[in-house]
Amino acid sequence: MNVNPTPVQGQPRIGVLALQGDFAEHIHMLDLIGINAIEIRKVQQLNEIDGLIIPGGESTTIVKLLHMFDFVDDLRSHVESGMALWGTCAGMIVIARKLANPYPTPLNFIDIGVERNFFGRQVDSFEAELDIKGIEGDPMRAVFIRAPIVQDTGDDVETLAIIPAKTDGTPEQAVAVKSGRVLASSFHPELTKDTRLHSLFVTLAEEAQIDSTRRNHVSHTTEETPATV
Amino acid sequence: MATSTNGAAGAQRWKEMSKPEVGDWRVKGGLAQMLKGGVIMDVVTPDQAKVAEDAGAVSVMALERVPSDIRRDGGVARMSDPDLISGIIDAVSIPVMAKARIGHFVEAQILEALGVDYCDESEVLTPADNAYHIDKWQYKMPYVCGARNIGEALRRIGEGAAMIRTKGEAGTGDIVHAVTHARQIQADIRTIENAPSEELMTLARDYGAPYELVVEVARTGKLPVVNFAAGGIATPADAALLMQIGVEGVFVGSGIFKSDNPAKMADAIVRATTHFNDPDMLAEISRGLGDAMPGIEASKIPEDQQLQTRGW
Repeated sequence: MNVNPTPVQGQPRIGVLALQGDFAEHIHMLDLIGINAIEIRKVQQLNEIDGLIIPGGESTTIVKLLHMFDFVDDLRSHVESGMALWGTCAGMIVIARKLANPYPTPLNFIDIGVERNFFGRQVDSFEAELDIKGIEGDPMRAVFIRAPIVQDTGDDVETLAIIPAKTDGTPEQAVAVKSGRVLASSFHPELTKDTRLHSLFVTLAEEAQIDSTRRNHVSHTTEETPATV
Repeated sequence: MATSTNGAAGAQRWKEMSKPEVGDWRVKGGLAQMLKGGVIMDVVTPDQAKVAEDAGAVSVMALERVPSDIRRDGGVARMSDPDLISGIIDAVSIPVMAKARIGHFVEAQILEALGVDYCDESEVLTPADNAYHIDKWQYKMPYVCGARNIGEALRRIGEGAAMIRTKGEAGTGDIVHAVTHARQIQADIRTIENAPSEELMTLARDYGAPYELVVEVARTGKLPVVNFAAGGIATPADAALLMQIGVEGVFVGSGIFKSDNPAKMADAIVRATTHFNDPDMLAEISRGLGDAMPGIEASKIPEDQQLQTRGW
């Protein structure tokens, strides 16, 4: 196994939100591509990372825990100042602008409208082959579990993957989108062995890292914003 | 998916289904992955289900009576009324689980038809079959089953369970059996992991477990499905204890809605399950919760009245 036990100098620092859900699977995937990711359980840890993954889990629970443990304001300021962010499934719901459903209230980190459990209940969960913009080679095997879909996107949001329209009249559905350094996907690449989408996210975190290095270099004499604890 | 009903083919089917590119198994086990680090709460009304969802439960178990009431009332405990289950499904957006009696595959068919997200083939209900558990491969609906040791866990997985929980001793508020079962499963896994390959068939025979699954445990050092704790969890500290011992999430049965302040207790157990490794936070979380559920010391329950000995 391609394990890299110590952080490599210059490597982007990636965290996986570890309040609830399948965070261990994301950390394992990053491990496979040589990234030593950290579990994020406290808001102060956001200062240590260039990119954050919000994993699959229960979106109502994750939103509740983010509020409970005072993550929301700091998370917003980190995203606004360029931290890379990726929400998978529940994570996508958490970061959306609005939901078609009454719960939970999403945090609006990417300009998309999302519908939860679009395909139905657990018995309707499925897998599909997806062509994803920016991913070379074979289609990705995508696992959809009580999955949400992207209903509408803002002008600066790029659709990376769709589920094609069905013969029963169901129109095509966007299931992976990107806006700046924020990525959202309806499915769970962390449940497969295909690390290509994780590699794509690492490049976004690398951009964030270069940006923050440059910013710190330019403004190293200015006062640091104190982290709210 | 394979539709053979030949029981001897169970382990072989597990092998086929668990191949990375075969969907059904990954999709079933995948939902359990999403529940990790979370709390699944027993609820008996739509209102309780809302309280659980608002407190941050990852799922609710819909049933007519919580285990402590089933224990008190006696009589035959069966699958809940479909009206009750549908009412709870309609009330919340999180996944809904429901219980079928051990071996009662028609109750399971009904639960699947109702759109239940996970079926608990549960020793808390009165068993319908003293010899055979449900052939869980025959359903799109995933199953969680109770286990006291690795043999029982791997037999259920061999039958198609996509998630395991400790049995503990439901309805007591006494954590001792959940701890015993969680530790036993881990001890068995260590035994398998440390055994040279030529000993695995003998271990499989001794545990009464499918050989292929024993080999899988030897290879990975863990159960092939997600493993939660259940049976007697009554406080945030109980949940954190099991999480530190190494389970991946918790079921709380009577512990929430038989406590003084259910909303507060539910919220506290959710917090404790996330920060299970942080004593300072656990101390804060545990303050001022009122009385936990009244318990029954599990060692005072005669063996023929234990729930954990149901099933095999």
